[in-house]
Amino acid sequence: MPIEILMPALSPTMEEGTLTKWLVKKGDTISSGDLLAEIETDKATMEIEAVEEGLVFAILVEEGSTEVKVNTPIAILLEEDEDPSVMDNYTPGATVSVLAPAPVEADPAQVAPQPAPAAPTQTPAPIPTSGTSAARVKASPLAKRLAKDYGLDLAQIPGSGPNGRIIKADVEAAKAQPVQATPVAQAAPQAQTTDVGMLRGGGAEYLEKLGIVPGTYDLEPLDGMRRVIAKRLTESARDVPHFPLNIDCEIDDLLAMRKELNGQAPEGVKISVNDMLIRACAIALKQVPEANASFTPDGIAYHHHADVAVAVAIDGGLITPIVREAENKGLSIISTEMKDLAARARERKLKPQEFQGGTFSISNLGMFGIQSFQSILNQPQGMILSVGAGAPRPVVKEGELAVATVMTVTLTCDHRVVDGSIGARWLQAFKRLIEQPITMML
Amino acid sequence: MSSVSASFDVIIIGSGPGGYATAIRASQLGFKTAIVEKAELGGVCLNWGCIPTKALLRSAEIYHNMQHASDYGLSAETGFDLAAIVKRSRGIANQLSNGIKFLMKKHKVTVIEGFATLTKGAVAPTVNVDGKSYSAKHVILATGARARTIPQAGLAPDGKTIWTAKEAMIPQSLPKRLLVIGSGAIGMEFASFYNAFGSEVTVVEMVERILPAEDAEISAMAEKSFKKQGMKILTNAQVKSVKPSGDGVDVVLSAKGKDMNERFDRVILAIGIVGNVEDMGLEALGVEVDRTHIVVDEYSRTKIPGLYAIGDVTTPPWLAHKATHEGIICIEKISGENPHPLNAGRIPGCTYCYPQIASVGMTEQQAKDAGRETRVGRFPFIGNGKAIALGEPEGLIKTVFDAKTGELLGAHMIGAEVTELIQGYTIAQTLETTEAELMETVFPHPTLSEMMHEAVLEAYGKPLHI
Repeated sequence: MPIEILMPALSPTMEEGTLTKWLVKKGDTISSGDLLAEIETDKATMEIEAVEEGLVFAILVEEGSTEVKVNTPIAILLEEDEDPSVMDNYTPGATVSVLAPAPVEADPAQVAPQPAPAAPTQTPAPIPTSGTSAARVKASPLAKRLAKDYGLDLAQIPGSGPNGRIIKADVEAAKAQPVQATPVAQAAPQAQTTDVGMLRGGGAEYLEKLGIVPGTYDLEPLDGMRRVIAKRLTESARDVPHFPLNIDCEIDDLLAMRKELNGQAPEGVKISVNDMLIRACAIALKQVPEANASFTPDGIAYHHHADVAVAVAIDGGLITPIVREAENKGLSIISTEMKDLAARARERKLKPQEFQGGTFSISNLGMFGIQSFQSILNQPQGMILSVGAGAPRPVVKEGELAVATVMTVTLTCDHRVVDGSIGARWLQAFKRLIEQPITMML
Repeated sequence: MSSVSASFDVIIIGSGPGGYATAIRASQLGFKTAIVEKAELGGVCLNWGCIPTKALLRSAEIYHNMQHASDYGLSAETGFDLAAIVKRSRGIANQLSNGIKFLMKKHKVTVIEGFATLTKGAVAPTVNVDGKSYSAKHVILATGARARTIPQAGLAPDGKTIWTAKEAMIPQSLPKRLLVIGSGAIGMEFASFYNAFGSEVTVVEMVERILPAEDAEISAMAEKSFKKQGMKILTNAQVKSVKPSGDGVDVVLSAKGKDMNERFDRVILAIGIVGNVEDMGLEALGVEVDRTHIVVDEYSRTKIPGLYAIGDVTTPPWLAHKATHEGIICIEKISGENPHPLNAGRIPGCTYCYPQIASVGMTEQQAKDAGRETRVGRFPFIGNGKAIALGEPEGLIKTVFDAKTGELLGAHMIGAEVTELIQGYTIAQTLETTEAELMETVFPHPTLSEMMHEAVLEAYGKPLHI
């Protein structure tokens, strides 16, 4: 079976490196221990050795290639006496196109002495499984059926079963992260020490390598929520090109209106500033519909409704319950719903549909006195609004210094769907609603 | 603290099926391994649980067959010697315990006899046994569990008339009237054993059906069969008081709002288990314990660095094979392999009463409660040639599939030899076959296993023999 040589991780934190020099060439016969190539990481340059023996059938990554992801196949070895025709049907994931320029000669005697032809210039996408890989995709019958039902390509799903077999859990995981399943996102490093889940495996050893002495800390295992937070936010921060926009809003009128509303509200209803922010965001999303969007591999999804998710801190993490179709809901309904959602969120009793699938998020740290901050996008949402504390600040009105209650908000946008001007227009709409709160009553 | 007597890579505390298997795997992985045991090697399973009770139940089965010899055209003089039955059971337990001793030696696992306590250590907690201290990089608790007792309610063994499983498997005489409190696997196995040898057995269960962990349909069939064999079964019933007097026990039972005063010769407590978590210094280390069971993550890690827990002392199901697998996953994870965590939905459970019961995965009700759209297949023993030839025409095999994906969610069986059949469905689940592969599989004729095929076909409306 052909053996793929993968880009090695030379340190626990290495995610990619530069292949500075090949020390073998196509057609060379190598044995275990031979030096293969020089790899440069952000820290050092190292030589890598062969652990298998065989004939160098193809060099997949050219000398000098930078940003070669860990676990990307960089070369293919054929085992001794192996006929190169085994490569004819060799189609692990996207590597097929890379292999296309390989020589057509079937005779190994001819292949061996030939000088290396121009190596493929493109960096191949990594294949789903590490180590050796057969021509067919290994998957359980259930995984195959689920992938078909979900419309997922098995070749793009990393297998976690024996010998890289794709099992149900892998398909479910791929379905939960549609963006991950695209070739672009696949180029992210495979599970290595950078993966949050794997880190735990050797928690103590991992820290020791980085100079933290065992016994000087308590290791709290990751619970399911923490793992999801770590994974999703890492992916979001890494994969989504994001930028912040901020704006100051004067909220004296909003506070006055809130007081008036609550003075006349029926028993049990108490509108909070946050409820008003939810409503303002929802209306602004309707006024600037191009901002209510999600990036998908096939196009931009423009949402019909403003499903506003609100970050709620709970014991051991946070969760984002959603006020659905908030644009169609009045303040008292939003207030009642939010109170119920937040209470059940703290008891961890939310149903999945109550915290999965919003189109926009609000995170409010005003109660802690934070003046302004920037949040990480909650994929696939295109924007998240970070709300700071409202406090008296000096402002200039008609050339005179005055005092107003000012709240700074920061909008983080996914640049793939929300350009600067769209985000800015949305913030303008939001500011107008907040500063002239009567308009949000319409 | 005394100085360290020896250091190991891995120390395992408890040598039951979780502990000893983990020790063997640890040794295979190249770890210098020790195992601490306070009693016999092999733990409860080999010495006071799974194995000796299977020996007893085998005697009961053969006795039952002897009594029905004429059904098969045979004649046999029936009779039994309780002391010899118990002796055989003890001999088998002893043989297997010696087998573990051999396995430990073969795999170069150091056996430390005594009761272990833990104190704070550098990398992992230090293990102390009989005044000596041992250090290790990884310490795995496999201390198991014991029968639950409630002394305040009189539900505690008195060594004479009130028994737990341990006393119940070494009877000196056959109780004429026996009360079994609790109708889980342990309760029903003893009820079955004593019933087979002629005790008048009453089983009392708090909830509305016996074997409450099983599929409701299987529970109902079991209850019917036990009643037919002469057992008295009280469900939705409670034990109000238990008072030993003379060579017997006065018991007040309550069912349907009515109190009943009954006298029994012996009472067996089978009201669940509690984890062995006491006196080891777990509190001082800050190990989190929830209702006598140690809290761990999916790779058996406690919140204390270097400390792990597997098997009955952790989360359910409390089964020997679960402990074994959990231990192996734990040690493989430690060694840097990347095993999948144990999937509780794929752990089979077996009860060796007569008729036998075996199941894996979700019951029909659990599947519905989980919001799954189901396809359920049933096939009765009466439709199977081998079952009839065996003289065992009573029983049922039931399959629960996800209607959308064809995933085998669960399988439930009652009848002869089903404990040996269930593994077929477990393999199917682990390989993630759908109904299609199960239908394509050729089952040999004539075997009981053909019913497993038929129960799949029936779920999709195409059974052959009913």
